[in-house]
Amino acid sequence: MLAGLTIDALAARFRGGEATPSDATRDYLARIEALDPGIRAFMTVTRDVALAQAAEADARFKAGAPRGPLDGVPIALKDLFCTRGIPTACGSKILERFVPPYDATVYQRLRAAGAVLLGKLNMDEFAMGSSTENSAYFTTRNPWDLGRVPGGSSGGSSAAVAAGLAAASLGTDTGGSIRQPAAFCGVVGLKPTYGRVSRYGLVAFASSLDQAGPFTKTVADTARVLQVIAGADPMDSTAAVVPVPDYLAALGGGVKGLRIGIPREYFIDGMDPEVERAVRAAVEVLRGLGARTEEVSLPHTEYGLAAYYLIGPAEASSNLARYDGVKYGLRVSGGRDLVEMSSKTRAAGFGREVKRRIMLGTYALSAGYYDAYYGQAQRVRTLVARDFKAAFERVDAIVAPTTPGVAFKVGEKEDPLQMYLNDVFTVPVSLAGLPGISVPAGFTLQGLPIGVQVIARAYDEPTVLRVAHAYEQATDWHTRKPTLEATPR
Amino acid sequence: MTEPRISREDVQHVARLARLELAATELVRMQSELNNILAYIDKLRSVDTAGVEPTSHAVPLTNVMREDEPRPSFPLADMLANAPEAAGDFFRVPRIIEE
Repeated sequence: MLAGLTIDALAARFRGGEATPSDATRDYLARIEALDPGIRAFMTVTRDVALAQAAEADARFKAGAPRGPLDGVPIALKDLFCTRGIPTACGSKILERFVPPYDATVYQRLRAAGAVLLGKLNMDEFAMGSSTENSAYFTTRNPWDLGRVPGGSSGGSSAAVAAGLAAASLGTDTGGSIRQPAAFCGVVGLKPTYGRVSRYGLVAFASSLDQAGPFTKTVADTARVLQVIAGADPMDSTAAVVPVPDYLAALGGGVKGLRIGIPREYFIDGMDPEVERAVRAAVEVLRGLGARTEEVSLPHTEYGLAAYYLIGPAEASSNLARYDGVKYGLRVSGGRDLVEMSSKTRAAGFGREVKRRIMLGTYALSAGYYDAYYGQAQRVRTLVARDFKAAFERVDAIVAPTTPGVAFKVGEKEDPLQMYLNDVFTVPVSLAGLPGISVPAGFTLQGLPIGVQVIARAYDEPTVLRVAHAYEQATDWHTRKPTLEATPR
Repeated sequence: MTEPRISREDVQHVARLARLELAATELVRMQSELNNILAYIDKLRSVDTAGVEPTSHAVPLTNVMREDEPRPSFPLADMLANAPEAAGDFFRVPRIIEE
């Protein structure tokens, strides 16, 4: 069985000649066919593309010239990364028939490294949501309990890796959309520093916050994927011209003597006591490994979410103005003029949450409210970022819960505001543009995964990965796998 | 509940600005949901931000320049392939000028 292995284990088999990329790809496709009818992580399975790409990788290994640690490794992408000739619907009806004419930079880079594309993964519409329930197509199920959500918005990406349906996947994180689903599904999920990874070819949600990153089974695999996707891009002026360090080399450092801050505002009334216990136990593990832990304060944490729910929608209302029924996507005809056609198209093409955020953002930016809402949110964003800056004068990394609770039941959170509260511990990091990772930190008595978050200074992914790796190697949470049975299609 | 933060007329006005046709039932629900969210967001008012500069972008950016060299664009056919309606080399849209 090759499906479900780490990137590292697959690469070792390819190098040792025990298996070929085609063997692995066929194995993953068979597993997807058996298990995905129950999990529903995939929007599109790109069988022919995958088999053709795998055959090319076979040839490279045969010639003794593989391209690196990702060569021949089957991966999958959240359905908002543009893939030439392969539908990219972004969870929305408005993009149901959209077939991108070009590849996102991150996909180009994964292809250049030899990775094999298994398909595109389900998500909340336009990445707005925390459960995939806002997908216009279907809800992805949590592999640990099919009655529960996988988190979101990158829920297809986290579920696919947790269920062994892809060796790695990419998602995007605007306010927690990588870290929260990683925590809910018991896998590793990294949101890199804003600007570390190119956004070219991503369907835009909130441009000052969106960032792409990997889901994998181990921290070392995350380092391998980040190595390939990180770095400046002439097609994205916000992809920073900052050197990309050797992320795998950074893993070995250990945490001895490292100063780790525990933010007191991240342990709040109403959070799941099992989550709090697991995170506090994780801190003890790091202390046992020689880290110096101390309490820090991030006093504006409680305002982060409110600021985010103005800034995100404001940017989204502008980004989503492009869906006007003219250039691509859905058109509802019958309107008397252009405005009416666009208004009808957008009414039919967008789901409830997307409409809500467009409305909220348009309102916050409209005359008379701009300064009270949007301006104030941007000033609060400054204060949130300053909190982290002050904390990082005393500590090298911050360790906190990823989410206040664990995966909830499908249909359990009907009130939009209750859904938003899921993001309370991930949003401040996004507002400050910092790197954050979620790593498995245990299970509840019911058997649901818990995540712990590691945060560091901008571009300090090496420290994020080093702390996460040290913790992971001292525990065995990442080795556990959900029990899954084939569901008849 | 105090005075609603956003009135029915506000919702209609914003929907027009956002080019969203909302059915009557949607309008009612939208007003109530937006009011709930805005009530939560109101906690921002209690933050003292006097003298605090707004942040529009997490990472400081200055202008990113490149040489002004012509490069090939995407082929026209590729760009029109996703259009709901095209005519010749153009996107086709409903009338935009009054008769």
